[in-house]
Amino acid sequence: MSQSNVKLLEVRDVEKVFSVKVGTFEKKDLHALNKVSFDIYRGKTLSLVGESGCGKTTIGKTILGLYQATSGHIMYKGRDIATLTPTQRGHLQKDIQMIFQDPYSSLNPRKKIKTILEQPLKIHTDMTPKEREKTLHELCDDVGIDYSYLERYPHQFSGGQRQRIAIARAIILRPELVLADEPISALDVSIQAQILNLMMDLKQKYQLTTLFITHDISVVKHISDQVAVMYLGEIVEYADKKELFARPMHPYTKMLFSTVPDINTPLATESVLKTGEIQSPIDLPKGCFFQHRCPVKEARCETEHPGLTDVGNQHLVRCPVVQDNGQ
Amino acid sequence: MKFLNNELVSEFFEDKLAVAGLVIFVILSLLALFPSYVTYQNPYDLTQLYLENSFRPPGSDFFLGTDEQGRDIYSAMIYGLRISLYVGLASTILSVIIGYTLGLISGYYGGWVDTIIMRIADIQLSFPAILIALIIMALWGEGVGKIIIAITIVNWVYYARTARGVVLSEKEKDYAQSAKALGMGNLSIIFKEIMPNTTAPIIVIATVRIANAIILEATLSFLGLGVPITEPSLGSLISNGYQVLFSGYWWASVFPGMLLMVLIISINLIGDRMRDIMNPRLKR
Amino acid sequence: MALLEVNDLKTHFFTKKGIVKSVDGISFQIEKGEILGIVGESGAGKSITGFSILRLIDDPGRIVEGEIIFDGEDLVPKSEEEMQTIRGNKISMVFQDPQTSLNPVITIGDQLIEAIVYHNRNVSKKEAFERCVAILEKVGLPAARKRMGSYPHQLSGGMKQRVVIAMALLNDPRLLIADEPTTALDVTIQAQILYLMKKLSQDFGSSLILITHDIAVVSQLCDRIAVMYAGRIVEYGTKEEIIFDPKHPYTRGLIACLPKLNDDTDRLYQIPGIMPSLLNLPEGCYFKDRCELADETCDVYPEKQVFGERVVFCHKVT
Repeated sequence: MSQSNVKLLEVRDVEKVFSVKVGTFEKKDLHALNKVSFDIYRGKTLSLVGESGCGKTTIGKTILGLYQATSGHIMYKGRDIATLTPTQRGHLQKDIQMIFQDPYSSLNPRKKIKTILEQPLKIHTDMTPKEREKTLHELCDDVGIDYSYLERYPHQFSGGQRQRIAIARAIILRPELVLADEPISALDVSIQAQILNLMMDLKQKYQLTTLFITHDISVVKHISDQVAVMYLGEIVEYADKKELFARPMHPYTKMLFSTVPDINTPLATESVLKTGEIQSPIDLPKGCFFQHRCPVKEARCETEHPGLTDVGNQHLVRCPVVQDNGQ
Repeated sequence: MKFLNNELVSEFFEDKLAVAGLVIFVILSLLALFPSYVTYQNPYDLTQLYLENSFRPPGSDFFLGTDEQGRDIYSAMIYGLRISLYVGLASTILSVIIGYTLGLISGYYGGWVDTIIMRIADIQLSFPAILIALIIMALWGEGVGKIIIAITIVNWVYYARTARGVVLSEKEKDYAQSAKALGMGNLSIIFKEIMPNTTAPIIVIATVRIANAIILEATLSFLGLGVPITEPSLGSLISNGYQVLFSGYWWASVFPGMLLMVLIISINLIGDRMRDIMNPRLKR
Repeated sequence: MALLEVNDLKTHFFTKKGIVKSVDGISFQIEKGEILGIVGESGAGKSITGFSILRLIDDPGRIVEGEIIFDGEDLVPKSEEEMQTIRGNKISMVFQDPQTSLNPVITIGDQLIEAIVYHNRNVSKKEAFERCVAILEKVGLPAARKRMGSYPHQLSGGMKQRVVIAMALLNDPRLLIADEPTTALDVTIQAQILYLMKKLSQDFGSSLILITHDIAVVSQLCDRIAVMYAGRIVEYGTKEEIIFDPKHPYTRGLIACLPKLNDDTDRLYQIPGIMPSLLNLPEGCYFKDRCELADETCDVYPEKQVFGERVVFCHKVT
């Protein structure tokens, strides 16, 4: 594909700090994003994988403009989005769309589906009602919803169907970039398969560029071109999909793989309990953020904060220990 | 919204008590709307009053007796009901418009707008409603219009606070964030996206507060600071009759009192049922 | 004798729109110490089965038929007072959402102590406190003693779920019912909680019913698996049989659509369509509209077929 090397979105050293109340009078800094950098190429899907609290939703919302980055740059088509005028931002909102996680709160419960889907058309285009209707018809075919269902309200649909509607709403303006924030996590596994396939089909049909955010590394295999693993606000591993699945290097990535329930492997043993939990992004540790959960931690991990290094094949890892051991 | 109404309506009618309340309220409203058809005297028309009819007991020619001016209590009650309902409904509508709007704006924008509106609300709430109304009426004097405004000023706060609470949670929901990401303007988001999801608690509160407004007006009138004596409401009738209550002329106070009570109960029955049917809906 | 024996259980909901047969004639058994998984998509009736066992079905629903024999006694005809002595005591339940399972305005310590004291009047507060700390440590809650004074919002999702599990185990229940206990949690925490439940079930000698939509999850823990569809069991057997030799097309479908780390196909297998509404069930086999093997024979509801310990309801299985 000739477009595969065009960068649509460049995220450079983005930091986001929230000020949160701890106790009655004290305020502390919550470091949601700690110098996050990645690129998304036109027509490709980048998956961002990590547990709750790693900052993946925050970066999504920052790209969308719902949050302002504390520092760093987000370049869309070469222009820093923080420098855009309100009118230009308005145009941008047409180009970058989001699919949210919760199919139960992402659609206004008081609106008919038709109204919800027409809204983007009404705001950003000047189509006639007839043209809008035609567009909606095509859209329904695309996502597998019966056109006659458009007169219904969200609560009359199942979770999977609502997510189809949410996807329809996101692509109706043929956006340049789609941010999908855990779009299938709230669905039954059997329905997850349907929605993933749908997203892949739409990606093919409309050459969509996608940032796919999830906590479940097993689902990214089918939909991604590149995969980035996030922990406590930074990227800890980044590679092409095939490369990452064949040779995961960072201890956290390996941990994510090991905890996926696989029918062929028995329940992980006692070691599973050692995987611990992600800590709060307030009071980040000195040195490597992952040190408290890491099975291969060394003394230097407590003092030196590792950087991302290229281990060949455009595979980036933030861990000097595995690098040195030539894993 | 059509189908929503049908489901709500059928649920409402399942409770016999609520239906009874609704029926009573409708009857009373009709009586109040067409007083000349149901009364045989216009108690405000001084030419129809004869002092020799004063203090007639109930039964005689006058259904429920007369007061010290020869006014037929029954007729006066119907006209009084009219005033009470008018004041209750008008002030509620006005306080909903003002309070709801301020609450939506306060909750959505936050910041100093929210702080100012909510602090005014807090200050107001720390005074008893009666006191505020009394002060306003004492400063402005009597009059139906003035009392409506006074009660509106007392009551807007409840709607503002409720609306604000709901907006605070709704605005974080994905559909609101999605509208923002789509490029919708703030006012559009507030009134087109969020507001329809906030109506349920407002309706419930409004239904009940109509009763409160009526009681407030009745209290003010009872204390002599409400409607003028030429346009008596139920409250002023009660007050009027109260002065002669212990002389044995009980009907002048008791009957208007009973009517007021029936009115309030009917409204409360409706309001209770509304609250019950609205709640599980929200959970769906 | 089995610890729990459910025979032909039917729980129906009598709504204005019609009768919803959420659970329509299911039977299964659990021995002491066994783990049973009930798998199915949303709406299959799995949660209602769990609630029925604990007699937590309210208007407009009720158990219309069937027996739930627990420890030799049928729970269906028992009174509410009798059930209250069983709930939280002999049979416990863990719900899906740890955010709402705990009372936000009471410390977890107080909630746990309450659970003990309610069923054991003669236990002193001090003793109850120590028991709570012990069990919190057993479920792997760090700094358990300190946490007794914490409020739920001060804990993460995974920690809250541990507390909920601890609360369910406090009174040494013979049977624990877990309704989608890990669905709201990240995959890493899910693995920990599943492991924890398996270990605790062994340590305490309690049986466990694990209700979930994810067949990969049941394959990790369960000894037996029941697959539910539109209110009925379509296949039931040991884990090995169900996972490695699934006979019913629906079971095969559920396993096939799991994302597999090792295969290289581009698309995931998907079961077409969605489960029919319980108000509008088709004639014959409920799964026929989504089944590749369906034909006219499927217009009649399939008879039960028994293969040793396995039970399948499908015309196309021999």
